[in-house]
Amino acid sequence: MLLIPCPNCGPRDETEFHYGGQAHVPYPENPADLTDREWAEYLFYRDNTKGAFAERWQHSTGCRQWFNMLRDTVTYDIQAVYPMGQLRPATGTTAPTVTSPVSPEGAVK
Amino acid sequence: MTTEHLPEHPDFLWRNPDPKSSYDAVIVGGGGHGLATAYYLAKNHGMTNIAILEKGWLAGGNMARNTTIIRSNYLWDESAAIYEHALKLWEILPEELEYDFLFSQRGVMNLAHTLGDVRESVRRVGANKLNGVDAEWLDPQQVKELCPILNINDNIRYPVMGATYQPRAGIAKHDHVAWAFARKCDELGVDIIQNCEVTGFVKDGNKVVGVKTNRGTINTEKVGLCAAGHSSVLAEMAGFRLPIQSHPLQALVSELHEPVHPTVVMSNHVHVYVSQAHKGELVMGAGVDSYNGYGQRGSFHVIEHQMAAAVELFPIFARAHVLRTWGGIVDTTLDASPIVGTTPVENMFVNCGWGTGGFKGTPAAGLTFAHTIATGTPHKLNQPFALERFETGALIDEHGAAAVAH
Ligand SMILES: Cc1cc2nc3c(=O)[nH]c(=O)nc-3n(C[C@H](O)[C@H](O)[C@H](O)COP(=O)(O)OP(=O)(O)OC[C@H]3O[C@@H](n4cnc5c(N)ncnc54)[C@H](O)[C@@H]3O)c2cc1C
Ligand SMILES: [Zn+2]
Repeated sequence: MLLIPCPNCGPRDETEFHYGGQAHVPYPENPADLTDREWAEYLFYRDNTKGAFAERWQHSTGCRQWFNMLRDTVTYDIQAVYPMGQLRPATGTTAPTVTSPVSPEGAVK
Repeated sequence: MTTEHLPEHPDFLWRNPDPKSSYDAVIVGGGGHGLATAYYLAKNHGMTNIAILEKGWLAGGNMARNTTIIRSNYLWDESAAIYEHALKLWEILPEELEYDFLFSQRGVMNLAHTLGDVRESVRRVGANKLNGVDAEWLDPQQVKELCPILNINDNIRYPVMGATYQPRAGIAKHDHVAWAFARKCDELGVDIIQNCEVTGFVKDGNKVVGVKTNRGTINTEKVGLCAAGHSSVLAEMAGFRLPIQSHPLQALVSELHEPVHPTVVMSNHVHVYVSQAHKGELVMGAGVDSYNGYGQRGSFHVIEHQMAAAVELFPIFARAHVLRTWGGIVDTTLDASPIVGTTPVENMFVNCGWGTGGFKGTPAAGLTFAHTIATGTPHKLNQPFALERFETGALIDEHGAAAVAH
C-alpha cells in the first residue's frame, strides 16, 4: 500500500485517497473550435509514462482536498507533492518534497 | 544420497534462434497475442519468414499471470462477435495445435447482488441469446445447485439474487496455451527470439522499415505490436499516442485443496472471482489497482478486499490460506474494449487495450490481427475495434454492462 503524504494531513494510507490520473491537463480554452481529433485527445488520450509521472490525488476520506503528486510508475516512489495549480517540480530528489498550500514553511503535519 | 544421473532433458518445444538481419514481419511481444498472431500469419497467410521479439522470456508477461477465465457473454454485438469467435476457436485449438492445454468448459457464473445487477444481467442474457451466445438466467436456488459451496443466504451484506450462466465458458492452462502456440509457430518456421528488447524503430518518412533491439537492428516490411502493458511505451518510440493507461492487476492462489468448486464464479458487485485450478489451488482475482503502474505489483489492500468478498460468498474459504500473490501490467482503454488495427505509422499495426480480459480473446486477436497485418486491412471482426473510434465516437462501452472485465 502506498503511504501518501497529504499536504494538509500528513502521511496517510492509500485507502484514504482517490486517484485522479494525469495532472496538468487543462480544459480546452475554446471548446467549440476543437477538431474531432483534438476532442479525442482531450477526452481519451492521457500520457502513460513509464517513470516519473505527475498525477492528481484527492484525500477523499480526510481533508477532501485535491493535490498533485510526482510518482515513479515503476518503483512507485513518491518524489514530490505540490498544490493544484503549481507547476510540476524538477525531479531528482529521493525524499518527497512536500509543498503545503496552507503552511508555507512546507511542514508535514 | 543418490548417485543416479538426472534424466535426459525432454525435447525443447521451440528453437532459440539468433535474430536474422531481416524479416517479412516482426511481432513485438511474446505473450499469447504475439504467439497467436504469428501462428495465424504463418498458417492462414503463408507468412513464415517472420519473428516474434520478446524482451524477457516467452509468456512471462500477462500471459502466464492471468486467471485464465474464458467466456464470450459480452453485451454489445461487436464484442459478442469477436469473443464468441474466440470461444469457437478455443473449442478446436487443442486438436489443431495437437496439445491438450486443459481447456475445461466448466461454465462461468456472473452473480447479481442488487436490483440493478438483476436488470442488467437479464438484459445481457437476452442480448447474448440474440447473438448466438449460450446464456441462461439462474435464480438463487439454481445457483446453489450448480455451485453448492456458494452462500445464497440473506445474512450477508449483498445476498445473491441470481446469476447469468454461460455453460460453454471455462478456464484453460495459460502457460500450456503459450507453449502449444510456440511449438506450432516454430514448426511453421517462425523465429521466436527471447531476451530481445525492442528499443526503437527505423522509419523511412512515415513508414516503418526496421526495429532497433538490444541484439541489433532488424529490417522488416511490417511491424505488429502485441506488447500489452507496454503498448504506450512502444507507440511513443514509433511517434504516435495510444488512449491506454497501464495499471497493476493482481491475483492470488491458495494452497491445494480437494475439488470443491465445480465452475467459475464472478461477482462484479462484491468484486471477486474464483475458480479452482486443475491442481487444486483456488484462483482469485478482482479489479485493477487505481493508479498507473508498470511495477508488476500492486497494493495489498486490494488483495484483502477481494478475500473478504470471497469469504463472504464462500464461507468454507475462511480456512484456506493465501499461497502466492502477483501482479501484471494491464493496458486499459476508457471503453474497456481492445484496439486492433492500423496506426498512424505506415506498415505498423497495433493490438492492445485488452486490459484485464484479453486471455479469452487470444485466438481471435491473433486471427484478426494476422489478417490485418497480412492484408493491410481489418478483418470484419476487428474493424469496429479500430483506433479511430476514439475520434469518431463509435465507442464499444463494455464497462457497465459486461460484468467483471476478465
Ligand atoms: C492478474 C491478471 C489476471 C487476468 N485474468 C484474466 C482472465 O481471467 N481472463 C482473461 O481473459 N484475461 C485475463 N487477464 C488479461 C490477460 O492476461 C491479457 O489481456 C493478455 O494476456 C494480454 O495479451 P498477451 O498475452 O499478449 O500479453 P503479455 O503476456 O503481457 O505479452 C506482452 C509481451 O510484450 C513484451 N514486451 C513489452 N515490451 C517489449 C519490448 N520493448 N520489446 C520486446 N517485448 C516487449 C512483454 O515482455 C510481454 O511478454 C488477466 C491479467 C492479469 C495481469
Ligand atoms: Zn488530507
